[in-house]
Amino acid sequence: MPATVALTVARYRPERESEPTFETYEIPFRKDWVVLDALNHVKDRLDGSLSYRWSCRMGVCGSCGMKVNGVPKLTCATFLSDYLPGPIRVEPLDYFPVVRDLVVDITDFVRKLKQVKPWIIREDGTSPPAGEYLQTPDQLDAYKQYSMCINCMLCYSACPIYGLEPSFIGPAAIAMAQRYNMDSRDQGAAERLKILSDHDGIWQCTFVGECTKVCPKHVDPAGAIQQYKLTGATHWMKSLLLPRSAR
Amino acid sequence: MSAGPHYTLYHPRWYRRRVSVWWWLQKRSYAAFVTREITSVFVAFFAVVTLWQLRALVQGPEAYERFLARLQTPLFLTLNVVALVFVLFHAITWFNLTPKAMVVRVSGKRLPDGLIIGLNYAAWLVLSAAVAFVLLRAA
Amino acid sequence: MARITPLLWLLFSAGGTVAALLFPVHMLLTGVAVPLGWLEAPRYEALHRLVTHPLTRIYLFVLISLPLFHWAHRFRYTLYDGLQLKHLTVLIAVLCYGAALGGTALAAYLLWNLR
Repeated sequence: MPATVALTVARYRPERESEPTFETYEIPFRKDWVVLDALNHVKDRLDGSLSYRWSCRMGVCGSCGMKVNGVPKLTCATFLSDYLPGPIRVEPLDYFPVVRDLVVDITDFVRKLKQVKPWIIREDGTSPPAGEYLQTPDQLDAYKQYSMCINCMLCYSACPIYGLEPSFIGPAAIAMAQRYNMDSRDQGAAERLKILSDHDGIWQCTFVGECTKVCPKHVDPAGAIQQYKLTGATHWMKSLLLPRSAR
Repeated sequence: MSAGPHYTLYHPRWYRRRVSVWWWLQKRSYAAFVTREITSVFVAFFAVVTLWQLRALVQGPEAYERFLARLQTPLFLTLNVVALVFVLFHAITWFNLTPKAMVVRVSGKRLPDGLIIGLNYAAWLVLSAAVAFVLLRAA
Repeated sequence: MARITPLLWLLFSAGGTVAALLFPVHMLLTGVAVPLGWLEAPRYEALHRLVTHPLTRIYLFVLISLPLFHWAHRFRYTLYDGLQLKHLTVLIAVLCYGAALGGTALAAYLLWNLR
């Protein structure tokens, strides 16, 4: 085990440069340190000007997403020991505008998330009802996987379609829509159908599958999208052949 | 909405990297993805060959013999072998991804992915055997 | 275009399934085994008789048409995303689906008029 390891970090200081640069820091190597620990060490001891986001440091808040050696990762869950002998390259997430250093602007994602209405929609518009909703374990199983999303945006950073077509609604938004569509308590599938079957909705996806690969919570957004394609296409056929029953 | 970003002291210039036209070569998984997509060209190739074979069959025995002879040329043999390799890649990736798109639930429980894939390969074997039987019987 | 996208995706899926399940055996026999002499080519009269059967006509129509639509849809997105030809998106769509329609029409014509 080496005593130190090199951390090459992308820096972007808009007040004095127009392009990102890289700076390398020599940080102590600890067997139990993750990349986030290394970044905190840099900020505490070496260069206090380094900007980055983090919060829970245990993989549930989704704040610390960055690229480590080119792969989108949660830096609180990425061990330095997996990257020996280094250097370890840390960059901001792809396909989002970089505000400063490792901080990206996530407005686009938040806007898209709101568009899919990620909440329980009831037909009569009231919620919650008198008393509690009843749901069997099998009904929970139908959407549980998609409810694990922590909105970390690693999937957006991995999706080449999002990079090429920034108006694409994206994997996490569709997975979140599916989480509610498949929830037995929800009655809003028809409301979400419009935005999802739009040109920039599910049909932009060509099933690259990278989103599922990088997802730290095993949500499988690619699967959610393909399943919704089938649902959307079936719904389209029904509305074509049986216009009244589709209402 | 303003026409463009208005940069101030507290809203400095953001940096956007342009996606390279060679994006699909930058990662092995992207290259594998594009290879999978390119298989569609070889699918179209064989659909056209089948159409050509049908047309030759309609035109008569001499046209059909000419078609068979054409397939024996080194050019078409090579094309057909290459196309077969790509179509096999298409078939394998297609079967392996089917359970992602089609979730089959039996009495509330989702059928395991391996079962769906296995059923696909079984169907592949059965259909291939049936086609081979019908075609070879005509020999 | 967004309104018929579900149909195009369904054709793409059906075509991909047909190509995956049936093309390998057909390609092996027609493209490799027979030309190389591993197997004897079907005799013209027997093949002609087989093709005139109504079920075979339907089978061949499906075998030719659906994979062409599979190619059209997939190739259109490959050009759009892979080569970033966004400004040509309408032209690409017209050429791809047009070619698939052309092949389908020709197959239908040949199979309908086959005696």
